[in-house]
Amino acid sequence: MLLPPELSASLQVERPLLPVGPRTPPRAPFCFSPSRLRFHRQHEFFEDGDIHRHLYLQDILTNVTEVTERSKVSEFCCNIVGCCQVFDTLEGYEHHYNTLHRNMCSFCKRSFPSGHLLDTHILEWHDSLFQIMAEKQNMYQCLVEGCAEKFKSSKDRKDHLVKVHLYPSDFRFDKPKKAKSSTKHSKPPSKLDVSVPMDVNVETYEHLQVDSMEICPSESVANPTQPVSGPISSLQEKKLYKSRIPSTICFGQGASRGFKSMKKKV
Amino acid sequence: MGTEERKKLLSRLRQGLQHKETQQKFVRLEGSMQVLIGLFTSSLANIQIEAARCLHELSHSSDPAVAEACLPATSYLLTYLSGHSVEFTELCLYTLGNLAVESDAVRKRLLPQGIIPTLASCIQSPHVAVLEGLGYILSQLLQAREAATKIIPLVLDSVLPQHMLRLVSSNLELGMGVAVEFSWCLHYIVCSHVNNALLISQGIVSTLVLLLLELASMISKAATEGLELLICPVLRCLSNLLAEDETDGCKVQIQDERLLVALFLFMQYFLQQHPFIVQECLWLLNNLTADEPIFCSAVLTLDLLPALLQLLPCSRMVTLLALTVLCNIAEKGPAYCHQLHQKAVLPSLLSTLALSDAQVVGQSLELLHLLFLHLPEASDDSLSQAGLQALEQHQDNPQLQERVRALRETYLQPAAASLISASASAAVLLSS
Repeated sequence: MLLPPELSASLQVERPLLPVGPRTPPRAPFCFSPSRLRFHRQHEFFEDGDIHRHLYLQDILTNVTEVTERSKVSEFCCNIVGCCQVFDTLEGYEHHYNTLHRNMCSFCKRSFPSGHLLDTHILEWHDSLFQIMAEKQNMYQCLVEGCAEKFKSSKDRKDHLVKVHLYPSDFRFDKPKKAKSSTKHSKPPSKLDVSVPMDVNVETYEHLQVDSMEICPSESVANPTQPVSGPISSLQEKKLYKSRIPSTICFGQGASRGFKSMKKKV
Repeated sequence: MGTEERKKLLSRLRQGLQHKETQQKFVRLEGSMQVLIGLFTSSLANIQIEAARCLHELSHSSDPAVAEACLPATSYLLTYLSGHSVEFTELCLYTLGNLAVESDAVRKRLLPQGIIPTLASCIQSPHVAVLEGLGYILSQLLQAREAATKIIPLVLDSVLPQHMLRLVSSNLELGMGVAVEFSWCLHYIVCSHVNNALLISQGIVSTLVLLLLELASMISKAATEGLELLICPVLRCLSNLLAEDETDGCKVQIQDERLLVALFLFMQYFLQQHPFIVQECLWLLNNLTADEPIFCSAVLTLDLLPALLQLLPCSRMVTLLALTVLCNIAEKGPAYCHQLHQKAVLPSLLSTLALSDAQVVGQSLELLHLLFLHLPEASDDSLSQAGLQALEQHQDNPQLQERVRALRETYLQPAAASLISASASAAVLLSS
């Protein structure tokens, strides 16, 4: 394209503003009148650019799927007192730390996925003033970010979470404060054995009980001999599942994500 | 079974889930999703990550039944967005984004579950990978069919717009991926015309103008691959913002001439490789020149007319827009038409008159009319007369005939007509 040289420099030079004639409406049969054009989202004008954008995204999403080969370091142990997990990648350690140690309640050692849930927990479980105030006013805050509703009881809050926010009724991070006698009753009575590869066994639930994310015991607290409703009891009936892995699976190569690694598909 | 073994099993499951049949079989097995979600909420970090990767694989499925099977996971995916692990958060974002694209049911669940406020918190993360993932999911949500009524109002009500504006203009050297995602988000919001007055009050116009200027300077320095992906949505935003109704009290005025130079630099740079950028630039150029004599004058005094004329024989849309810009300039009055005529607009114009597309020819006729109206002497020269003669070919076209007749009746000189002779008009026709 024939752009004049030194274009940016020409901007600095003073140039006259050409005088504008009086504006007159168009004379028939001519109809032109300058107007600013506006295109709505679905307009076909956008088609070419949108296709380009779509192809770019396909590239990005392919890169995200490929599991990055994390650089391994020599094994090291978690620093936190009492934790003996061992790691050989920094990312693995980072996630472990964030999951278990970062938002940990100093009173009862339970850990939470976010600071917000930790704060709520401390308030409701370990603040004696909270219980007193809860008798007089609605203190149980909705867990959903951006919702300012407060409730008289943990159950009312849970009903709200389920009805309004469509949360699962067994949401793991919403459990009422239990009396001491009813802990651990949600553990499944039997351990299912694994002999076939690719089966995930229920033993993992046992491990899950040990740490902080206890499943909400729901209404059966009053009747401790009854198995807990919800996922655990249905799990006891479930069969082991098997999935076939096609033998031609291959790993993605470690790929650095992001803009710079954009590969053009042929 | 130890953690390490379970991790390996999950890893193999993930590979299997890359395949459509495996995905469908998996979700149909009773209890399988519950177990997977149970592992996904494990506090054993490496188990959790592997389970998250399995969910991510499932999210790629185009089978809506698979997406719906993942519904019970959404509250947890959202909860984990407030966490601190970069890789894990990124994974959750892309998983949610993929699910939201495929399934109305998923979006209907995510909105009451508070996805917009959650994203509004998440956007304050300093991590590039998280921000790119966030931009991705937001850009998908903003394209949903219910976006204008259900999603965009929530977004505009939050702190998301302010952060988006911050993120499109910062860190271009480091994180252009972030700027790309959020500028597309802004485009989807702006072109839905829900409440652009709000964005304008937050300074979107000056932010985007400065961004374009910066991108133009990057072009002159060194080639940056993929720049067009960022330029395109920014151009679109500015064009649509300029076209906002005055009645809303927010008529946008841009007067920075450097923007004009930037547009021509983009057009020159992308003309061969990414011609769609040329039409996007011309759209903005039209909206800039429609009302502002500053830009019309600058096109002429900065000697940009030859470049503009070079665009005339390109694609139909480019030709049409270039002609419209020329009409915007001509409409400003005699001083403008004088410059146009001096800088040889006529020969290019006469070439377009010979084209077959009625809309293109129609726009050329409008330009011709404006030129002759403000500068009658322009109609006298032999080139014009030859052109007017050549208009005969269009006189039977219902879209064009009235205007053709008007021009010929007003400006065609009967005496000159025969003298000009067939040779001149043939020369014009042959050269087009």
